[in-house]
Amino acid sequence: METKNIMIVGVGGQGTLLASKLLGRLLLGRGYDVKVSEVHGMSQRGGSVVTYVRWGDRVYSPIIDKGQADCILSFELLEAARYTEFLKPGGRVIVNSQQINPMPVVAGMAAYPEKLEEKMKALGIDVDALDALSLAEEAGSSKAVNLVLMGRLAKYFDFTKEEWQDAIGRSVPPKFLEMNQKAFELGWSA
Amino acid sequence: MKTLMLGNEAVARGLYEAGCCFVSSYPGTPSTEITECAAKYEELYAEWAPNEKVALEAALGASLAGRRSFCGMKHVGLNVAADPLFTIAYTGVNAGLLIGVADDAGMHSSQNEQDSRHYAQAAKIPMLEPSDSAEALEFTKLAYDLSEQFDTAVLIKMCTRVSHSQSVVEPGERTMPEQKKYEKNPAKYIMMPANAKKRHPEVEARTRALTEWAETAAVNRVEPGQDASCGIITSSTCYQYVKEAFGDSYPVLKLGMIWPMPEQKIREFAATVEKLVVVEELDGFIEAHCRNLGLPVSGKELFTNIGELSQNLVKERLGGTVQPGAALEETIPARPPVMCAGCPHRSIFYVLKKLKLTVLGDIGCYTLGAVAPLGAIDTTVCMGASVSGLHGFVKAGDEENAGRTVAVIGDSTFIHSGVTGLINIAYNESNSTVIILDNSITGMTGHQQNPTTGYNLKGDPCTKIDLESLCHAVGINRVRVVDPYDMAACETAVREELAAKEPSVIISRRPCALLKYVKHPGPICVDTEKCKGCKACMNIGCPAISMENGRAKIDTTLCVGCGVCRQLCKFGALDGSRDTVDNE
Repeated sequence: METKNIMIVGVGGQGTLLASKLLGRLLLGRGYDVKVSEVHGMSQRGGSVVTYVRWGDRVYSPIIDKGQADCILSFELLEAARYTEFLKPGGRVIVNSQQINPMPVVAGMAAYPEKLEEKMKALGIDVDALDALSLAEEAGSSKAVNLVLMGRLAKYFDFTKEEWQDAIGRSVPPKFLEMNQKAFELGWSA
Repeated sequence: MKTLMLGNEAVARGLYEAGCCFVSSYPGTPSTEITECAAKYEELYAEWAPNEKVALEAALGASLAGRRSFCGMKHVGLNVAADPLFTIAYTGVNAGLLIGVADDAGMHSSQNEQDSRHYAQAAKIPMLEPSDSAEALEFTKLAYDLSEQFDTAVLIKMCTRVSHSQSVVEPGERTMPEQKKYEKNPAKYIMMPANAKKRHPEVEARTRALTEWAETAAVNRVEPGQDASCGIITSSTCYQYVKEAFGDSYPVLKLGMIWPMPEQKIREFAATVEKLVVVEELDGFIEAHCRNLGLPVSGKELFTNIGELSQNLVKERLGGTVQPGAALEETIPARPPVMCAGCPHRSIFYVLKKLKLTVLGDIGCYTLGAVAPLGAIDTTVCMGASVSGLHGFVKAGDEENAGRTVAVIGDSTFIHSGVTGLINIAYNESNSTVIILDNSITGMTGHQQNPTTGYNLKGDPCTKIDLESLCHAVGINRVRVVDPYDMAACETAVREELAAKEPSVIISRRPCALLKYVKHPGPICVDTEKCKGCKACMNIGCPAISMENGRAKIDTTLCVGCGVCRQLCKFGALDGSRDTVDNE
């Protein structure tokens, strides 16, 4: 099988690492060779963060290069737009339509580009956008954006909902399990 | 059972399986998780040391006591540990001693891009270089055998992409070698000239023996290819890029031991291919070795010695083509890292900027005080350089300088190597003002305990170094503590200590806003009637504050209610909190 590639991108602090961790485990369980490359350290402090998830018969490079990604799962709109060059022709973007202004925009030194969803579609990208923040708040916390997005991503895999929920159960603290499961459910059915 | 592990986690697993008993490290991206993961094994003693030199010397002590030991650090940490490193090469070990060092090509989280492989050659200590997590585990175990067989410390060289990538490993069982007896051996362990002169030839002989070993070692393997027009020598993550770009087309010599390198094996490989190419990140280290062997070779004229390589880059430079996806015709604003909302460092930097001071900075989250709109830092060099540098700046500068210059340094960095600079300030009497940004944790590397937090690596309560007493003890009379959320108090403290005619320390104390135990008052509300849109609150560079329709707007998902912005609002438009939030 040819190597499949998903980039998970977002803003440091949004919880992008959980999605890659769960996805990696599920794929390994199916017997694939899997590599998940993360970013730790400075960029986690509110910077642009990227995680690469790759699987297939034999995966070499831990990173995804330009033109290789089958899908970009983006936790924020601008971050999806930043990485379109990494998509294969006909690649898909699953994106949280939430906009988080980067510091140059906050400081008035740059503008947040407009109509990014439409512009990505115009490039032939299959854009699946959802308001994950509202759904997360509906589930009980704005911090559950990652679980909402994972629910949406799950639609594109053939793992059962139970397999996902089981993986979530093994990864989040019991105190927040119900809320996270609800968030996943909302993303799944959105 | 197969499982996914970070490269760092796999090194820790290797330590566990090889019967390592003692781990002492200082955190540093991308090496930190080796030690954090090692600490999760109950059978293993693991600790954070104050700095890398202390950690390596402690690990040597454990080795002499007869237990397999380990010391981990980032590339620049090896500079700090370089002093013991070069002499450990002479003493050798008793039980196996491993040194893990993680380079950061691309400088994801570092102040320079040094290539640690040079240390192996310079210190004459063998270095293994895994290319994924499975090798990280395997090489760690192998390294202990080499360490004991050849009586030498062994370096395990990681890099960001190996350290921070998860790949498949198959963990094994722990085997415990018997504790070796410590036997007095002055000729081996006391490195005074008479003994060291006898040890040096032993070191050279050991290197020759290791070179012999490298000739037939399984970690240096040739992978055949169909197209011998080009043969590639590579290692580490670059091996993965080469295989991804070319599969089995070109023959590959993959080096698992990067120093000392084989000679005959490389000559033989070169003889089977038309053109010899080395693919390696940063310096042309393998390339230089090939040239020393008199082989015609291409390397750095094709591949940059700046930043990281990738599969596309490798493919393109060797004549292949790649097809990037479509980019938007749009300027996408950068998203640099910023201090978190509620960060206790923010207000201090605002005060320092307001007072137009020269600020010598240091290594940690607070380096972000250099970024606009705060832009409050003048220098950042290495761990501890703020305090030592301030002394020189004040001594050599004019009277005005002394009253307008401060050093800022975090709690962990201060213990690492700031305290020695402070001793110099006290001893040689410069009228310096040092600000210790005490956020009660090692922040940038992801919340590690340190000697000032009262907890050890395993999370157990332990002796807490009292910063005030420490500063007093080294001879600083003026030591005061401020709450950085109180900007007026901060400004008063800075003004008064700069005016004082003796050295002083200001401890700006408040725990990191991300710590789980920290309770926050809850988001600030904007009274849009009162807000005049003056943007005074924007000057602190808080990611939670922006302007909308000419009025301040607070992102309530980010704001924790620290209230620093409220102190800047002349119109009382930034109101108190709605409800408390915790960090869990």
